[in-house]
Amino acid sequence: MSSKMTVTIGLASCGIAAGALPVAQELERLLVGRDDVEIKKVGCIGCCYMEPLIGVIREGKTWTYGRVDLKTLHRIVEEHLNEGRIVEDHLILTEGVEDESRRRAAENPRMEKQVRIVLRNSGLIDPKNIHEYLARDGYRGLTKAVREMTRDDVIKEVLDSGLRGRGGAGFPTGMKWRFARDAKGDLPNAKNPNGTDKYLVCNADEGDPGAFMDRSVLESDPHSVIEGMAIGAYAVGASHGVIYCRAEYPMAIEHIGIALKQAREHGFLGEKILGDENFSFDIYVKEGAGAFVCGEETALIASIEGQRGMPRPRPPFPANSGIWKKPTNINNVETWANVPWILTHGASAFSVYGHGRSKGTKVFALAGKIKKGGLAEVPMGMSLREVIYDIAGGIENDKKFKAVQLGGPSGGCVPEELLDTPVDYESINATGAIMGSGGMVVMDEDTCVVDVARFFLSFVQKESCGKCPFCRIGTRRMLEILERITRGEGALEDLDLLSSLAEQIRDGSLCGLGQTAPNPVLTTLKYFRDEYVAHIVDKKCPAKVCAPLIHYVVDESKCVGCTRCAKDCPVKAISGGLKKPHHIDDETCVRCGLCKKTCPISCIAVA
Amino acid sequence: MAATVVGDSVAPALGERELAARLGPIVELYRGKQGVAIPLLADIQKEMGYVAREAVEYAGKELSIPAAELFGVATFYAMFRFQPQGKYVVRLCRGTACHVQGSARVQEQLERTLEIHDGETTKDLMFTLQCVACLGCCSLAPVMMVNDDVHGRLTPEKAIQILGDLRNEQ
Ligand SMILES: Cc1cc2nc3c(=O)[nH]c(=O)nc-3n(C[C@H](O)[C@H](O)[C@H](O)COP(=O)(O)O)c2cc1C
Ligand code: SF4
Ligand code: FES
Repeated sequence: MSSKMTVTIGLASCGIAAGALPVAQELERLLVGRDDVEIKKVGCIGCCYMEPLIGVIREGKTWTYGRVDLKTLHRIVEEHLNEGRIVEDHLILTEGVEDESRRRAAENPRMEKQVRIVLRNSGLIDPKNIHEYLARDGYRGLTKAVREMTRDDVIKEVLDSGLRGRGGAGFPTGMKWRFARDAKGDLPNAKNPNGTDKYLVCNADEGDPGAFMDRSVLESDPHSVIEGMAIGAYAVGASHGVIYCRAEYPMAIEHIGIALKQAREHGFLGEKILGDENFSFDIYVKEGAGAFVCGEETALIASIEGQRGMPRPRPPFPANSGIWKKPTNINNVETWANVPWILTHGASAFSVYGHGRSKGTKVFALAGKIKKGGLAEVPMGMSLREVIYDIAGGIENDKKFKAVQLGGPSGGCVPEELLDTPVDYESINATGAIMGSGGMVVMDEDTCVVDVARFFLSFVQKESCGKCPFCRIGTRRMLEILERITRGEGALEDLDLLSSLAEQIRDGSLCGLGQTAPNPVLTTLKYFRDEYVAHIVDKKCPAKVCAPLIHYVVDESKCVGCTRCAKDCPVKAISGGLKKPHHIDDETCVRCGLCKKTCPISCIAVA
Repeated sequence: MAATVVGDSVAPALGERELAARLGPIVELYRGKQGVAIPLLADIQKEMGYVAREAVEYAGKELSIPAAELFGVATFYAMFRFQPQGKYVVRLCRGTACHVQGSARVQEQLERTLEIHDGETTKDLMFTLQCVACLGCCSLAPVMMVNDDVHGRLTPEKAIQILGDLRNEQ
């Protein structure tokens, strides 16, 4: 074979978790000394459930293989690289390929439904190599802003695009920038009457459990975030930037560090950026230390200053008094990553996509009981049903859909009858959930929504900073009530008590954590009241999840006495000798379900 | 708020001289700088394996930051630990996706087998169990991280197996 090929391997942390490292090592070993093939280590294209992923690129065509283990890798090298034959049974995606393999590739329809702005480079480029970013229009937006546009032009472009904050609240980004630009900095001078001593922050705390798009963008395409921030810095007149990233994301932190260094070397950060006398800006990374509330803007500022991350009342708003009391503008990772694209392609190219007052695209992290977990970027306005069924592949094991949890601890559960809701800020808010950062956890019939509500309250209760009594104590009370209900000790009055506590906590809390903490309870009460009633009145958990309300029983008429379950039971709750029917002692049983899984003839059931 | 208590350490007390030797370079890194509490504590933890009481007192004295303030910060964040850790730190994700996919069962089984609860270390100092909010690998839920290795698609049995294998390697 004559023309050069590239083999890509996805090495974002999801890929590594799925076992990509040994595959990469083996790939390198197999290709030693070959100059017709080049290996490229890329991030994540979003098909996390299919990882490890290997791509073969040749003459503008790409074939992507999924679930690649060492054996499959050997076949890809043998058959595809050496003989030019496609390994059909592992092919999941093709690009630029106009033959039969295109039709066979399972992921093509899923990709065709997406519009990739934020994820434009993810999984395609080597995140540690700035040249690959540059080759895909990287830093063109910044160059255009600095060389051809005034600060006002840039702000207007972002305003016109309709971009809203992707971190949760959906506040128009251009407006936020304008506040920060108008705020008085410390060092006003003739050239820059608004002063330059301002801060920009990238909020990469990603505290929402179930959301992982920020991690993926930082790992797979860190320059897009850095470029976005540099454009923002030019627009608002900031000289200092901070990326506040959670310490649980070591690879993201590593990749940002490399990208920052390269950006400085190429003159995209530092003094007199792109030769502009009046534009100096640099970014450093601050590692978070594991507190959900630190994602809240004022808490984040306190944390950057090295204090406990406690929210404070606003005003003053960060735009006027943020880090070290300097004007500070905070945006989310995904928000920043949109900015270079908007500058390069123009506001109207961005606002073509969208629905109502929500423009552009949204990245969703798809997880839970779905067939195809991973990341997807879709135009705003696509229905939840399309996202869950067409993109995420529908429910695992073809079980029945129960609810989709949106917006994490601040959000709620959306039931089946609302699946045609379009994904835009207003429509989702109308259901009682929120868009939040875009985590979607799909639940099937085997999930108990009362248990899920309890789960979220226990989360916020642990994460409350403790400043506001309603948040600190009120959520504790709500949690106790829910625990009572999941133990079968609830009363119907509890439901009214939950609603009234919810209202008080919402109204009496200082920050978004407390204000939204009751949402998971309120939405489940609204859409799944029956399930609460079943727990309270019938003392039953319909999904068979809540341990105190379920019992494991052996169908003694079927049991052949193989003793396997008795051997596995961690608490020795199962009695009965060889070839004699077994029996589970309900008192001792801890409801781990191991016996049910072990029984070779499925004669153990949950009642 | 992270529910951690600064208790008496089970580790042997460290002498002034050893503290100075091990923490001197770290302290110098932060002398005269603003807002250093979190990275300072993180460095202490990296050096000592945990946030040792004497170490905090030493660094606080050197940098003129009240030790109480440093402990105030340390107890606020989930990242800081106040006891020596096991050789393997098992961080079990208890986030939403993992919860829906059954991580509570994994937690119960780990606690039962290791005979410790969340936040505790086994007597032989092999394993520390920590439940965390989300490891960002939700599409492979349930997930746990043992030191730096992520294991996905867990079942209670698989989790036990992984730790058993580590123990047997000894
Ligand atoms: C309790 C709490 C946690 C939050 N966590 C995050 C987070 O992890 N990441 C994030 O970007 N925004 C988070 N937010 C929202 C931010 O405070 C802020 O609105 C956002 O970063 C602004 O950026 P945007 O305008 O680009 O969305 C959180 C808010 C609250 C109240
Ligand atoms: S609402 Fe809760 S988390 Fe927010 S400031 Fe009050 S106590 Fe702290
Ligand atoms: S919820 Fe467990 S990794 Fe995200």
